[in-house]
Amino acid sequence: MNSRIDIQKTYKLYINGKFSRTESGRYFPLKDSQGKTTVNLCQASRKDFREAVKFARKAVSGWSSRTAYNRGQILYRIAETLEGRKKQFIQELNHFGITKNNATQEVEITIDRLVYYAGWADKYQALFSSVNPVASAHYNFSVPEYQGVIAIISPNDNPLLGLVSLIAPAFVGGNTIVCLASEKNPLTAITFAEVLHASDIPNGAINILTGFSSELAEHFSSHKDVNGIVYCGENLELNKSIQENASENVKRIHYYDKINWLINKGQSPYFIMDHSEIKTTWHPIGS
Amino acid sequence: MTNQTDFITGYSPAPESTNLIEIKERYPLFIKGKFSEPQSGKYFSTINPATEKKLSEVAVANQADVDFAVKSARNAYKNVWSKMPPKERSKYIYRIARVLQERGREFAVIESMDGGKPIRESRDIDIPLAVAHFFYYAGWADKLEYAFPGRKANGLGVAGQIIPWNFPLLMAAWKIAPALACGNTVVLKPAETTPLTAMKLAELLQDIDLPPGVVNIITGAGDTGIKIVDHPDINKIAFTGSTDVGKIIQKSLAGTQKKYTLELGGKAAHIIFDDAAINQAVEGIINGIFFNQGHVCCAGSRLYVQECVAEEVISKLKDRMDTLIIGDPLDKNTDIGAINSKMQLKKIIEITQSGKDEGGVLFQSKCTTPKSGYWFKPTLISNVAQSSRVVQEEIFGPVLAVQTFRTVDEVIEKANNTPYGLSGGVWTDKGAKIFKITKQMRAGILWANTFNKFDPTSPFGGFKESGMGREGGIHGLYPYVELS
Repeated sequence: MNSRIDIQKTYKLYINGKFSRTESGRYFPLKDSQGKTTVNLCQASRKDFREAVKFARKAVSGWSSRTAYNRGQILYRIAETLEGRKKQFIQELNHFGITKNNATQEVEITIDRLVYYAGWADKYQALFSSVNPVASAHYNFSVPEYQGVIAIISPNDNPLLGLVSLIAPAFVGGNTIVCLASEKNPLTAITFAEVLHASDIPNGAINILTGFSSELAEHFSSHKDVNGIVYCGENLELNKSIQENASENVKRIHYYDKINWLINKGQSPYFIMDHSEIKTTWHPIGS
Repeated sequence: MTNQTDFITGYSPAPESTNLIEIKERYPLFIKGKFSEPQSGKYFSTINPATEKKLSEVAVANQADVDFAVKSARNAYKNVWSKMPPKERSKYIYRIARVLQERGREFAVIESMDGGKPIRESRDIDIPLAVAHFFYYAGWADKLEYAFPGRKANGLGVAGQIIPWNFPLLMAAWKIAPALACGNTVVLKPAETTPLTAMKLAELLQDIDLPPGVVNIITGAGDTGIKIVDHPDINKIAFTGSTDVGKIIQKSLAGTQKKYTLELGGKAAHIIFDDAAINQAVEGIINGIFFNQGHVCCAGSRLYVQECVAEEVISKLKDRMDTLIIGDPLDKNTDIGAINSKMQLKKIIEITQSGKDEGGVLFQSKCTTPKSGYWFKPTLISNVAQSSRVVQEEIFGPVLAVQTFRTVDEVIEKANNTPYGLSGGVWTDKGAKIFKITKQMRAGILWANTFNKFDPTSPFGGFKESGMGREGGIHGLYPYVELS
C-alpha cells in the first residue's frame, strides 16, 4: 500500500499576473460528481474586482500596442501550453461531472479555438478596414481598434470552452479582460490561468476571478472604468439589470444568447469586432 | 425676414431670397404616405431663432400617433419594402437624392430660417451632404452581399430614429438612407426646434412616390421620442443627441431585443504643435469651434497649444475671431448665425459664466449682435484647469477652452482625460507625429491638419460616452442589418 499523502491544491484568483487569495477571506466549496467537497475556491469580492480592473486598465496601453504578429504568437503560445496540459483539463472537467468523451472534445476544441483566433490577430483588420473615397482632397481611412477593458461573465455550459471563446476574441483585438469563471464549474478557469501565466501574457491583461454572478454582476456592469461587458447567462432579470447599469457610462453590451460554443458558429471575426471601435482618420492631400 | 442688417459687418447685406420657399401654416404628421391630423389634436410652434418670429406649427404625436406610425411602418416593411427587389429599393433612394438636389436651395433657406445656421453652411454643407448621403446609400441596397465577409445580411424591420436640431436635414439623411438601403422601414422624429426640413422632406417623399409607410415622420418633444424608444414593435433605435439622453435611452432599452446606435456628445481635443502651419491651424481652430455656432457634437472645443507657440496662436486666433461676421443667417456673408433656441442660449451663458467664476479669462469677438433673436459671441476662455467645467462638459456653443502643453505624452494624456471620445484634431508638419497622436487618441474621428470634414463614405461615431455604432461608409450598414 502506498503510504504517501496526496498534496491537495488550494485555488486562488488570478489578478495582475499573480495568484492571490480574495481580500475578503471568503471561499466556497465545490462538490464533485459524487457530491463530495474536494476543492474550495475563492469567493471574489467587489474589491477584488476593482483591483482587477485597475490592473487591466494599466495593461491596456502595453497590450494594445503590441504588434498584431506578436498578439497572434501569444495566443498561439497559450494554445501550445494548453495542449501540453490537456490531460489535466480533461480530468478536471471529468471530475466535476462531464463525461470523458465530452471533456476531451471540449478541451480539444478549446485549443483549436485559440489557434483560430491566433490566426485572426493580423487579418481581421484588413477585412474590416476601409479606405474611404471622400469627395474632397483628403486621404481618409477607417480601422478597427481595441475598446479597452472588457468584463466577461462566463457561461456555465462548457466552462472551459465558453470562457476561452469569450476571452480570445476580445484579447486578440487588443483589449484587456476581467473575467468571472463559470459559477457552477470554475475549476478549469483557474487552471487555465496557470496556462496563461506560462504563456507570456503581460501582467493584468487577463484577470480571472471565481465567485458568484449574483454578487459580482452588479459591479462588473456598473464600474466606470470598464468599456464593455459580456453576459451569456440564462437569467433574464440579471441580464436586464446588467444592461441598465451598463448605460451609466455607455458600455458596449454583448449578450450572447444560447450560443453553442462547440460548433463553428461559436467562433468568428465578428466576435473580435464586437470588442472593437472603428477609428477614422482624415488628412488633406496637397502640397 | 428683413433685408436690412442692423449690425456692423463692414459688408453690405447679401441676403438669400426667401421668395422661392413655401412654408405651410401647419404641418400634421406624415404617416402612411399622407399628412394626417394628430390624434393628440395638439400643435406647437416652431420659430426662427434669429427673429423669434413664428414660422409654422407642427403636430404633437402622442401614444396613439406613435402606434399608428409604427403600424404603418410595419405593414410597409412586411408587405412592400422587404419584398421589393433591392435594385428597385435602390432606385427610390436615388430618386430622393436627385429631387433633394434639385430643390436644394429651398431646403437650405428653410434650414437656416428654422435653425439659425448661416445660409453659406446650409447651402454648401448641410444640404449637399444630405443629398450625397442618399446617393451613396442608394447604391448599397443591391450590393449588401459584398459588405459583410462570410455573412448574409437581412433587414431588421422597423427603425425608430430620433434626430437632433444641429443638422436637421443632414441627420435625417444619415438615419433614413442606410435604413432604407438595408431594407428597413422608418419612423423618424425630428427635433422639436427644427422640424421644418423634415416635413419638407415628407412632401418630397410623396412627390417621388415612395410607397406609403416606408418612411413616417412624426413630430413632438422628448415625450414622443421616448414613446418611440419604448415601442414594442420597433426593431432598432437610432439616436443622435446628448450623452445624458443617450444614457436614458440605453437604460430604457436594457433587456430588450432592440438593436441601437447612439451618436452622443463630445468634447474634442484640438492639438496644435509648434511645427504646424500656424495660419492654417488658426483657420482650422476657427472652423473647429465656430462652425454652426459650435452646435456640433464633434466640435474642437478643447484647444491644446504647444507652449512655445501659444502666444502667437492665441493672438492670431483673437485677430481672426474679430473678423467673424455674426448676424442674419440668411446673409451670405454671415459666419456665425443664431443660437438654435432660447434654452440652448441659457445653457451656453450659464456654463461660460462658470468658466469665468472658476478663474477663466474670457475673450469675445468685438462684433455686435442683433437686438432680437438668440445670439452668443464667439468666445475663448483661457487660464482654465483640466478639471474646470468648460474643459470637461460639452457646451454645444461657440465657446473654446484653451490650454497649453509641452510634450506629446502630456497632451495625449490630457486629450484622453474625458468621458467623451467622438473626435479630435492635430496640427503638425511631421507625419510620424500625426500617426502617434491619432493612434493614441481615443476617439472615433481624427482630423489631421484639417477639422470638421464629413463625407457619406466616411464612418462617423464615437468611443466611450460619445456613443456606439457608426454612421456613414460601409460601417454605417451594420446597425441596420442582421447577419446570418
